[in-house]
Amino acid sequence: MNPTLRRASLVIFVMFLALLGNLTRVQFFQAKSYAENPSNPRILKDAYNVPRGAIMVGRNPVAYSKDTGGELRYQRFYPKGEEYAPITGYMSQVYGNSGVERYENSVLNGTDDLLFTQKLSDTITGKKTEGANVLLTINEKAQDAAWNALKDKKGAAVAIDPKTGKILAMVTSPSYDPNPLASHDTDTVTKAWDSYDPSSGAGPMANRALGGGGPWPPGSTMKVIVSAAALENGYDPSTNIPAGRSYQPEDGGQEIHNDVDSICPQDQVTMLVALRDSCNTGFAKLGVHLGAQTVVSKAEAFGLNKQMTIPMLGQDDGIPVAKSVTGDPHGESQVAQSSIGQFNVAETPFQEAMVAGAVANDGTEMQPYLVQEIQGSDYSTLRTAQESKFGQPIDSGTAGKLREMMNAVVSDGTGRRAQIPDIEVGGKTGTAEHGDGAPEHGWFMGYARDNGDPKVAVGVFLESAGEGGSADATQIGGDIMKAVLGK
Amino acid sequence: MPTFAQPAAVPPGAAAGRRVPTRRNTELFLLLFAFAVTVVLSAAAQAALIDTVRPDCLVLPLLVLLIGLVAHVVVRIFAPYADPVLLPLAMLVNGLGVVFIHRVDVPSEIMAQNDGRDLPTKYSTIGAFDGLGIQQVAWTALAVIFFCLVVAVVRDHRSLSRYAYTLGLVGIVLVAIPAVLPASMSATNGAKVWIKLPFFAIQPGELAKLALFVFFAYYLVRKREVLSLASKRVLGLEFPRPRDLGPVIVVWIMSVLILVFEKDLGSSLLYLGTFVVMLYIATERKSWLVIGFVLFAFGAFAAYSLGTWLGPFQNFHDRVDIWLDPMSDPLNTTFQLSRSLISLSVGGLFGAGPGAGDPTSVPLARSDFIIATIGEELGMFGLAAILLLYLLITVRGIKAGTVVRDPFGKLLAGGLAFSMSIQVFVIVGGVTDLIPLTGLTTPFLSYGGSSLVANWILVGLLIRISNDARRPTPAGTTGGPGGPPPQLQSAATEVIKL
Repeated sequence: MNPTLRRASLVIFVMFLALLGNLTRVQFFQAKSYAENPSNPRILKDAYNVPRGAIMVGRNPVAYSKDTGGELRYQRFYPKGEEYAPITGYMSQVYGNSGVERYENSVLNGTDDLLFTQKLSDTITGKKTEGANVLLTINEKAQDAAWNALKDKKGAAVAIDPKTGKILAMVTSPSYDPNPLASHDTDTVTKAWDSYDPSSGAGPMANRALGGGGPWPPGSTMKVIVSAAALENGYDPSTNIPAGRSYQPEDGGQEIHNDVDSICPQDQVTMLVALRDSCNTGFAKLGVHLGAQTVVSKAEAFGLNKQMTIPMLGQDDGIPVAKSVTGDPHGESQVAQSSIGQFNVAETPFQEAMVAGAVANDGTEMQPYLVQEIQGSDYSTLRTAQESKFGQPIDSGTAGKLREMMNAVVSDGTGRRAQIPDIEVGGKTGTAEHGDGAPEHGWFMGYARDNGDPKVAVGVFLESAGEGGSADATQIGGDIMKAVLGK
Repeated sequence: MPTFAQPAAVPPGAAAGRRVPTRRNTELFLLLFAFAVTVVLSAAAQAALIDTVRPDCLVLPLLVLLIGLVAHVVVRIFAPYADPVLLPLAMLVNGLGVVFIHRVDVPSEIMAQNDGRDLPTKYSTIGAFDGLGIQQVAWTALAVIFFCLVVAVVRDHRSLSRYAYTLGLVGIVLVAIPAVLPASMSATNGAKVWIKLPFFAIQPGELAKLALFVFFAYYLVRKREVLSLASKRVLGLEFPRPRDLGPVIVVWIMSVLILVFEKDLGSSLLYLGTFVVMLYIATERKSWLVIGFVLFAFGAFAAYSLGTWLGPFQNFHDRVDIWLDPMSDPLNTTFQLSRSLISLSVGGLFGAGPGAGDPTSVPLARSDFIIATIGEELGMFGLAAILLLYLLITVRGIKAGTVVRDPFGKLLAGGLAFSMSIQVFVIVGGVTDLIPLTGLTTPFLSYGGSSLVANWILVGLLIRISNDARRPTPAGTTGGPGGPPPQLQSAATEVIKL
C-alpha cells in the first residue's frame, strides 16, 4: 500500500497548490478589484477611523476631527460653518467630500505620498498614520470682513494677494453649514442635504466665488479689459474717444445708453473720464473700433475662456473654477454689447480679482492658490506652496496707465465708496442686466497699493442686487481691502 | 493477506538493535516554539487594538502551552516513539486559532455590549477572559483530554478494528441524527448538522467522521483483494467488476443523502473524497479515483440542475451560483462570501498586521470564516504558512502510514491524514471562492468544541500509529511477514476491553 499512500500525498499536494494559486488570485492579482468594491465596509470606516488632519487658518482650525469613541470614530467639525464652507467644503459619509476636504483628501486622511516617511515609521510602530494638516492662505480678518458684509446678501467675494497669488478671502452667500453633513447619523445628513437644495446648482452649496450657479455678465467691469486692449493699441488715458448720450449700432440690435444722462453726453471724452464715469457709449464704440479679436485676445490673456483650477499641494487635481467667457461676438451690435460686459460675456468674482490683481502688480498675473502649507500632525512643515505666474496679460507701462484710470474711478468716479485714507485704491464698478426686468447684478473689482506695493485685489459680486448693487459691492470691496491692510 | 514487501516498512534501527531516539525533547522544543509564535501574535494584536501591550496578552497562549505540556507528558509516557512534530503542529494551529478568536472577541464583545455599535475607545476594557477565546481554550482542554485518553487507552491502534462495525453503525447514526431532528434542534445557518441540547450543542458529524474512517479502513483492508480484481481495461485503466461497486455506491448515496437532508455539502464531499482515496490506497487501482470523480461530478451536476426546481437541492444550487459570481449581490445573497473575499483582498500579500484588520465586517469571523480573518491580518504569506502546517500534519500522518507495519494502520493513517487535508481544502477553498462554499470547520482554528475534540482524537490516533511505526520491534513480538494477524496478539488490546 505504500506506493499508493505516497501517490495519495500527490493528490494532497495538488489540492494545496490549487489553494495557494487561488489565494494568489484573491490576495494579489484581483485584490484591487475586490478591495475597491463599493460594498467594502472598510472604505467608509477607514475614512473615519484615522484622525483626519485639520484645515487651519493661522492657528485656528476651520475643520477638525474629534474622537467621539463611536463606530465611525472621528467626527468632523467646522467651527466657522457657513463662513468657511465654500473653502473647506464638507465631508459626509453619505455624499462624499467637496472643497479642500475633497481636493486635499489624500493629505488630510494621511494616505498621500507626502507622508511617506511618516507612514514608514508608523508601519514599524504599528500606528495608523494620522492625517496631515492643511494651512490655508486665508487672512482671517479679511474673511470675517467679507462674510459679515455678505452674509445677509446674495453674492460672493474673493480677495487675493496680487504679488503672490495667495487667496486672502473667499466667501459666498447664501452658504450652508457643513456640520450636519458630517454627522454620523444618516438621517441628520440627508435632511440637511435636502434643505441645501443641491439639485438646483444655485442653492447655498453653489460656491458663487468660483462661479457656482454662474458665471454672470460682468457689466462695466469689462471696461477694464477693453481699456487694457486700447492702451496697448496706441491709446492713452488722455486720448479722446467718441462717446455721446446713446449709440445705435448700424446692424441694428439694442440701442446703448448710459446709466444716467449726465454721463458722457459729449461727443468726445478722454478714456480716463469714460472709465471713471463708466461711459457705456464710449466703451461700446471703443470696443467696436478695436475689433472683437483684439478685445477677446486681451481678455484671454487675463484668463477668460480658460479652464482654471486652484492648485493643491497634495493631489494633482485642483479645485475647479467655472470658466469665465467672452462669448463669441459677431457683428457691431454684439461686439458693442460685449464691450460693456453684456451679450454672452460672463465672469466669476475669482476672475475679476485676478484681473484687478494683474493691474495692481504691474501686469504680472499670479496664479491664485489656497493652500499655503501641508503640516504633519506635529505641525512640522511637509510642503510649502510655490508662487507661480499665471501670465503677463499687459506690460508694466500699460498697467501704470490703467491704474491711473482705475484710481480715478475710486477717487472721483463711481467707485468712491472703496476709498481708504492714505492708500492708493483703484477699481471698477459694474452693473449688469440679465434677462428682462430682473434686478441687475452688482460688481466691483479693485485693488489697494501701499506706497506702490500691491497689497490686495478683490472681486465682489452681488447677484440680482438691483439698484445700488454696484455701490454695495464697492463698499464690500473696500471693507475687505481695509481688513487686509489692517485699517 | 497483504504482503509486506516494502523495505520502508522495517523501522530504522530495528534490525541493528540500535537504540531508537524517542525525540521527545524535540517535541518539547517545538511546543515552546509554537508558544513563542502565539505570544508574538497575541502581543502584536493587542498593540494594534489598544495601542499598548499588557501582560494579559500572555494568558491565553500560556494556557494553551500548559495544555500542550500535559499532552506532551502523556505522549512521553504512553507513546514515547511517536512522531515529534505532530503534537506541536496541531498545538500551534490550535494556539493561532485561540489568539485570533480572542482578537475578534475584542470588537465583538464591545459591539455586544453597545447595541451593535463598535466603540474602539472601549477595546481596552476587554480582558483575556472575555469572549470566546477563553471558551476555545476550555474546548481545547476538553479535546486534549480526549487526545490523552486515545494515546493512553488505545495502546494499539489495531484493537480498533475489532469495533469497526460498531463504530460504522455509530458513525451512521451520528450522521443521521440531525437529519431526523426537527430544524429547531439541528439547523444553524441553513445546515442541519447540529444536536442542540439545553446547555450545549454538538456537531455529531465531526465525531462521526472518525468512526466512519475507522470502519472504512477495516472494511477496505478486508475487502481490498476482491475490490482490486479487474474486469475490463478501458483507456489503460483496469475497472472493477460491476458487482464490486456496491460499497462505493453506498457511500455515494450516503453523501447525497447528507447533502439533501442536512444541506451539508462539506461533509458530503469529505466522506466521499476520503472513502475514494482510501479505496485507491487499499486496492492500488487508479480506476477507483476515476469512478469516484465521475460519481462526484455526476452528483454535483445533477444536484445543481435539480436545484432550480427541487427544494432539497435548492441550497446547493444557490451556493454554486454564489461561487460563480461572488460579487453579484454583496449586500444580500453573496454577503458572506463577498465579505470574505474583500477581507482577503485587503490583506493582500503581507496582511494588515495582527489586530489591524476589520473582522467585524466578516460574518462568522471566529468559526467558518476565520481564514478570512487571518488572511486579512497575516496576508497571503501568513495563510500559506498555515496551509503549510496542515500539509505537514498530513504528510507526517501519511509518513506514519508508510512506516507502520499493519495494513489497517496504514490505511487508517492515510485516511485520517487525507481527511484532514480534504477538510482544509473544502473550507479554505470555499471561503476563497475556489469551490462552492460549504460550512465545514477549519481544523483546530475554528471556534467550536465538537471540531476540536474530533481533530484532537484524529491527531491522537496518528500519534498512536506513528509510535507503533517508529517503535523498535523486539524480534518476533509483532506482525512481521508471516506473523500472526496483528489484532490477535497484542497485549495492549486488553486495555481497551475495560
